Amino acid sequence: MGWTGKILRVNLTEGTIKTEPLRMDWARLYLGQRGLATKYLVEEINPKVDPLGPDNKMIFATGPLTGTAASTGGRYSVITKGALTNAIACSNSGGYFGAELKFAGWDMIIVEGKSPKPVYLTVIDDKCEIHDAGQIWGKSVWDSDEWIKKRHQDPMMHISIIGVAGENQVLYSCIVNDLHRAAGRSGVGAVMGSKNLKAIAVRGTNGVKVKDGMRFLKATREAKKVLQENAVTGAGLPTYGTQVLMNVINEAGAMPTRNHRQVQFEGAHDISAEAMATPRKSDGQKNLLTNQACFGCTIACGRISKIDEKHFSIQNKPQYWHASGGLEYEAAWALGSNTGVNDLEALTMVNFVCNEQGLDPISFGATVSAAMELYDLGLITKETTGGIDLKFGSAEALVKCAELTGKAEGFGKELGLGSLRLCTKYGRPDLSMSVKGQEFPAYDSRGIQGMGLTYATSNRGACHLRSYTVSSEILGIPEKTDPLATDGKPALVKAFQDATAAVDSSGLCVFTTFAWTLNDIAPQVDAACEGDWSPEYLMELGERIWNMERVFNNRAGFTAKDDNLPPRLVSEPAEAGPAKGLVNGLAKMLPEYYQLRGWTADGVPTNETLSRLAL
Amino acid sequence: MAGRARPLDTDRIVSDPSTITVTLKLYASLGAFLPAGHARNEATVSVRDGTTIDALLDGHNVPRESRHLVLLNGHFQPPAVRGSVKLKAGDALAVWPPVAGG
Ligand code: SF4
Repeated sequence: MGWTGKILRVNLTEGTIKTEPLRMDWARLYLGQRGLATKYLVEEINPKVDPLGPDNKMIFATGPLTGTAASTGGRYSVITKGALTNAIACSNSGGYFGAELKFAGWDMIIVEGKSPKPVYLTVIDDKCEIHDAGQIWGKSVWDSDEWIKKRHQDPMMHISIIGVAGENQVLYSCIVNDLHRAAGRSGVGAVMGSKNLKAIAVRGTNGVKVKDGMRFLKATREAKKVLQENAVTGAGLPTYGTQVLMNVINEAGAMPTRNHRQVQFEGAHDISAEAMATPRKSDGQKNLLTNQACFGCTIACGRISKIDEKHFSIQNKPQYWHASGGLEYEAAWALGSNTGVNDLEALTMVNFVCNEQGLDPISFGATVSAAMELYDLGLITKETTGGIDLKFGSAEALVKCAELTGKAEGFGKELGLGSLRLCTKYGRPDLSMSVKGQEFPAYDSRGIQGMGLTYATSNRGACHLRSYTVSSEILGIPEKTDPLATDGKPALVKAFQDATAAVDSSGLCVFTTFAWTLNDIAPQVDAACEGDWSPEYLMELGERIWNMERVFNNRAGFTAKDDNLPPRLVSEPAEAGPAKGLVNGLAKMLPEYYQLRGWTADGVPTNETLSRLAL
Repeated sequence: MAGRARPLDTDRIVSDPSTITVTLKLYASLGAFLPAGHARNEATVSVRDGTTIDALLDGHNVPRESRHLVLLNGHFQPPAVRGSVKLKAGDALAVWPPVAGG
């Protein structure tokens, strides 16, 4: 219960669809979504497989609480080998797609092989079909969504789609559902594109059964009360969204600016949550129209924005004149301070383009930033960029790059490689601010030391959502630690990594953990699912998942050398702010982290660790 | 800095050695407690030398329970020290109610 107990297996090479029962013995060990789908993937593919070849598989997976009455219980994840990273990839998305898949009666869809021609999949309750996608191949996410709903005469469908970026195998392309929610990172959209799979459209009319209905309702009601009464999840996130962090992180001196050359951005306020909620000088309207919630969410942190119609970026481009998914902090930082652009309307427009064409705005923004540094150093010129004056701070250049990248036109084709391949091509791989090929998110690890270890050891390449120690180091949740100190960070990172892996396997949103601990989550899982689910067991399960992902990466060819940070962060001290004079102390933290994990000095889980975790 | 509100009594401040100027930054819902005419969520304010963090915030009616994240020149100030840490000329004090993101 919680689980539907059924999975769909779609082989695109053969054009076959099979159903099979969920491995309940694995569900007990890995719960669902991230953990359980990763277990399927590691059992079924060779870790050395080409991520863009037909032998890679991709799994669209829900958790046992997806589609239930639990707050934020609408999440799903895409698990595959990442196109950007060549490592395990797990990209999580909200919206309504995940819940709809459960309502249709499925825990997950495993996609295998490669279709000889573009197709899309429909899952309408227990009826699953492969359709020709010839008419929407080459179309945007938004146009394809509309076309599929019209074609099947069902506006209630929820659809996960790749844009042209995924078709063109831009290495950081994402999969967008419900128009502006995305399984964003590691290039899962490129994997989908490599399989000639344009979209999965689902419609479900069943409910989700739970083990003990009365107990589940009580547990979810109590947990919702915790979210509501907590000042962050009850008021801060719905009102200001994640974007409230812009001024916080800037003030704390951890705002990556101009490809991490600086740690504070003079234009931060112009692109912050406060600016989004202030009437614009140009037309007196606010950029932010309202907030929005994913399925079943009582937090509602999403942003809906509308761009000033007179802004240069959307002249004669009516597709951007309507309200759509606005800036989250990660997009605003990557597109803004990291490129030196403080034009809020331009950033919003580029964010719209990322949703329309299916680009991860973090990796896109960070790749443009790296290209701007190459341009600044004269390593690329206008000749390389096709005439774009790629100066830091140029909103025009940023907009132009966004319009070219998804379509893989001109210099956009090179930007689509991601920062590591781009900087390597021009002789300066050190200028790529990435780990395992994936670009950093919005925290400079000279100013928030724990995030350096988080990035270096993240199984999917640089990522904040694998262990968000910012919560403790800056925001004081669950308790305050010193962001400039390395002491105690290995244990903090490990605890966050394990707990997050459990949350990511449940169907719940990790943002709940600003208010909830596993003590709030375990009773909900326990009331919904067969078996006993204590907070301690969830922590152990998280550790098991972390080690399983690590073993996959080691077998794919990663070693301790890849648990590293770009030279800039460990050798160029921060120039200003609280971290002035500091570099990241990764070398101090990493050996202790390996030890706490029960890994060898080379970062390999010992046999003892593996058998303790039933791996 | 462009847009920053200028203190109304600049001349007096310069001539009064017991008064210092600091930058007060109040974000999210606390922006409402900034002096009129501020821009970009910050204002330059004059205070008597020796004023503590809490005293400055009290003077601007910032509710105590809303002083969640308090950064003095970017460094976190826990509640226990806010009544004793004295502001120095040129300090920047930034305050948020409970917020988070990701
Ligand atoms: S907290 Fe935000 S991202 Fe998470 S489910 Fe709710 S609206 Fe979606």
